[in-house]
Amino acid sequence: MPSNRPLLRIFTQETIVLLMAVVLFAGFAVALDGFTAPANLLNIVRSVSVLGILAAGMGIVVIGRGIDLSMVSIMVVTVAIQLQLLQAGWSLWSATAIVAVITVGLGLMNGFMVAYAGVSALFATLASSAFVFGFVRSQILTQDVIYIPETAGSLLWLGKARLFDLPLDVIVFLAVVLIALVLLRWSRPGRFLYLMGDNFQAARTMGIPVRPLIVASFVASAVLAWLAGIASAVSLQSMNTRLVNSALLYDVVLVVVIGGIGLSGGKGGMRNVVVGALLIGILLNGMTILNLPNIHQNLIKALILLGAIILDGQLNPRDEQTSQQGDI
Amino acid sequence: MNLRERLTRLRYNKLPDHLLGELLSKSWADNLVPFVFLVVVVAAFGILLPGFFAPSSLLDTTRQLGEFLIVVLGLTIVIIGGGIDLSVGSIFALGAFAALCVIYIAEGPAWLAFLAALGAGALFGALNGFLVGYLRLRAFLTTLVTLIIGRSIYDILITTWGTRIQSSPVWNDTFDHIGTGAIWGQPISALIALGFALAAHIVMSRSRIGWHFTAVGGARRSAFNVGINVRRTIFLTYVVSGAACGIAGFLFAARLSGVGPGTGLGLELAALTAAVVGGNSLGGGRGSIAKGLMGAIIVLLITNGLIRMGAGTGTSQLIVGLLLAAAIVLDVRWLKNRHKVLSEVYVAPLHHAMQPAQSALPGSGTAYALNNTLASAQAIALGTVEGPEDVILDAADNLYAGTRHGEIVRWFAPDYTRSEVFAHIGGFPLGLAMARDGEIVSCVGAMGLYGVAKDGKVKELSTETQRSLLSVVDDARLRDPNDCDIGPDGRIWFTDSTTRYDAHDWALDSIESRPTGRLLVHDPKTGKTRTVLRNLRYANGVCLSHDGQSLLIAESWACSVHRYWIAGPKEGQLEPVIRDMPGYPDNINRASDGTYWMAWLGMRTPSFDLALRHPAMRKRMTRNLPQDDWLFPNINTGGVVKFDETGAIVGTLGDLGGAAHPMVTSMREHKGWLYVGGILNNRIGRIRLPDADPNWTSWNSYWGGRA
Repeated sequence: MPSNRPLLRIFTQETIVLLMAVVLFAGFAVALDGFTAPANLLNIVRSVSVLGILAAGMGIVVIGRGIDLSMVSIMVVTVAIQLQLLQAGWSLWSATAIVAVITVGLGLMNGFMVAYAGVSALFATLASSAFVFGFVRSQILTQDVIYIPETAGSLLWLGKARLFDLPLDVIVFLAVVLIALVLLRWSRPGRFLYLMGDNFQAARTMGIPVRPLIVASFVASAVLAWLAGIASAVSLQSMNTRLVNSALLYDVVLVVVIGGIGLSGGKGGMRNVVVGALLIGILLNGMTILNLPNIHQNLIKALILLGAIILDGQLNPRDEQTSQQGDI
Repeated sequence: MNLRERLTRLRYNKLPDHLLGELLSKSWADNLVPFVFLVVVVAAFGILLPGFFAPSSLLDTTRQLGEFLIVVLGLTIVIIGGGIDLSVGSIFALGAFAALCVIYIAEGPAWLAFLAALGAGALFGALNGFLVGYLRLRAFLTTLVTLIIGRSIYDILITTWGTRIQSSPVWNDTFDHIGTGAIWGQPISALIALGFALAAHIVMSRSRIGWHFTAVGGARRSAFNVGINVRRTIFLTYVVSGAACGIAGFLFAARLSGVGPGTGLGLELAALTAAVVGGNSLGGGRGSIAKGLMGAIIVLLITNGLIRMGAGTGTSQLIVGLLLAAAIVLDVRWLKNRHKVLSEVYVAPLHHAMQPAQSALPGSGTAYALNNTLASAQAIALGTVEGPEDVILDAADNLYAGTRHGEIVRWFAPDYTRSEVFAHIGGFPLGLAMARDGEIVSCVGAMGLYGVAKDGKVKELSTETQRSLLSVVDDARLRDPNDCDIGPDGRIWFTDSTTRYDAHDWALDSIESRPTGRLLVHDPKTGKTRTVLRNLRYANGVCLSHDGQSLLIAESWACSVHRYWIAGPKEGQLEPVIRDMPGYPDNINRASDGTYWMAWLGMRTPSFDLALRHPAMRKRMTRNLPQDDWLFPNINTGGVVKFDETGAIVGTLGDLGGAAHPMVTSMREHKGWLYVGGILNNRIGRIRLPDADPNWTSWNSYWGGRA
């Protein structure tokens, strides 16, 4: 919370999280063997990059006072279709073009449901998540895991490509963050997005095209989900559709909330995504080295997310007098 | 009338167009869409799936339905309370696990297992309730997180204890019987679910806490302002939902005698879809147990039916996602546009051919020709009174009138400059009459018939009459009580102008021109109210004749006056007195010379008379134009007409400039003066009547000075 005392002003959620990340990093570095080895550090960054790309998309939507629960579903589905097309002998470019159209279409579908049909973003994307996955899995895909075919050599090469000794997915993450940062900070739609998230009615009254903006934010999150899927697929050389049932979506929400992008909208930015992603990346890596089973990791992450939501609720309390009826 | 007009008349007057709007305005109309959908689903699968209705298949379906239904109903209660509970799947699994632990590990009895499942569910629900209710977190995300927490805990528990449960040698007959047995051919779980549904329905519709749930969901701030403990109420909805999931988990555990890693996975989405497809509004306040029941059956039938038709992985998600999106969009659009649709559909105009009338133009030479007398009326309470529909005076010459603020105001004789609020009733007090003991009886628009004693004490006389057998709208309620008069025996005769529109929408009734007005009689001795006449076109003024044998009734949109005999040889008969007047009649009152005063609230116009013969045009008008652009009867000018027992017009009073009394809704003669009121006016006027008996008062005329 902003305060007049300069010392307290430093302790925003962002700096607290950054401090926690540093402390956690230091703690793991001392306690765990091989944590600070260059290979492991690269691992951390790498594991964070897919999550970070997703979180960047989620962050954009959340800043506009929305949420996109269909990101993981879209990520899985678009890449799965792409790989299926490649297996069926399509060229890389035509498959990519088709999937790009599908991705934008899915984003438009979400955006229209929220902006024009007036459905709350939570429910619209919850429904579209189930529908999109259900439709593609039952009508198009034939198996759960789809591999990159040998014929798509360029995709396989991307997985091994290095730029400045960094894997490509890390580069993509950094590029996404940088572009999003510039757009949010200095472009007109970016500023409008903040205004809209901060006070929707006021933004609408002053003539900001709120509906197209909502649609655009959902298209952006869909495209970033696809990008994250590609990044994940080229490094794993496959796409596992069961990812939909995993806790990945909650990790994304966790990164956004932990990083300090308030769920009530209009706050935070890409810096928060990076900080949140770093903390979660360090945490996940440490827990994996500690050999905690997956289900325990999920419990810990969920408890942290609950704590973050409680904290978010205390820092950005909902105003009883102005909160909208049915705003759940 | 030519053939075309006859056909129009046949079409608009015989087809009951008005029923559609009346059906839609019913609160149960929201149930129609899910109900029709349910019937379609049952019919479709009955045709597509052979053996769908076979007893064994039905038994299996109802067994699953039992568990699912309990979860959906718990979620429905949370949704009605304005929240959402996505953790139902996890609570369900934890409840099932708790029951199994008691049976197979602690080797306890079945009732203890039931309590354990219930307790585990309620406890987890209390956690949700604490977070959402007391900490005021967002319900959706919070329960999404508790869903993960519950699922993780369950996964950890099942990996630790699962094998011990599976390999347990315990054999509990009661437990198995609950899961697989049947009473009267019905599975026990379905019966339990039915009992749960019944109890939930009674609680939600008949009990204080149920009403609190709905109130908090409907308008949280208002609920807080009336003193409901909002946080505790929200807390309780989650506890109920948790407990319901616990019970459902117990039934599931009893049916399968075991649980797997996938137990309850995806249940939250199916249950949420069921609740919304049934017609419960997300955001709270609108919903019912019956809706939850319909939704649960629909979703279960569709997902089960598709699986039996051999659909592959992902199909149930496909269907649930599609249903959920469709139902929410429909719900959002319907909530947003409901009143718009209703107002468009509700007005169902009739064909009504008015006969030509004599002119009321000044100097036209007819009996109706208006003069300018009212323009020079003395103004009483100018600018301080709003909407004196009717006026009346007491023995001490004090003046009373109802106002649109729901008050009866008294102005003191002799100069009527001082005033006080005599009584506050509410609604919009319209017609007034004075009983033998000086009590003022008033028809209060939108409320009913009320009496105000001489000390200002308000008493409800009647707010309802008997319900007619076949009407869709609730015509037992008095919707627009308009004018009243008191018979020699003390019975109060009064009109209820329309059963179709609320008092403030009276002008819409003129556009529709449907005869739904009524004459009613209230007997203070028995306290009963009876409907005497129906099908009047806006029944308005009513006045007891000078001989006390009959009533004069004004029918506004028909521009006519009728006589209804209440005593003597013609008792019970209705006969016409005046037809086809150039103005729309309002209240009628006695005059000192044995004739009657009648107010005109407006004047007929050729354009509106023509419009009345074109119902299709009026229908298009109400649907396509904003209300400001509609063609209404002209109520900007009116007047006062005097007529005798035979219906012959003996005099008129008008205000041609329209500055003082453009429209008149009532007038009362008192000691040589005529007091004039208007429902849209800002004053009460009075003019001296040169030829009138200076000692005549209305009260004396009725009660003959006998106190």
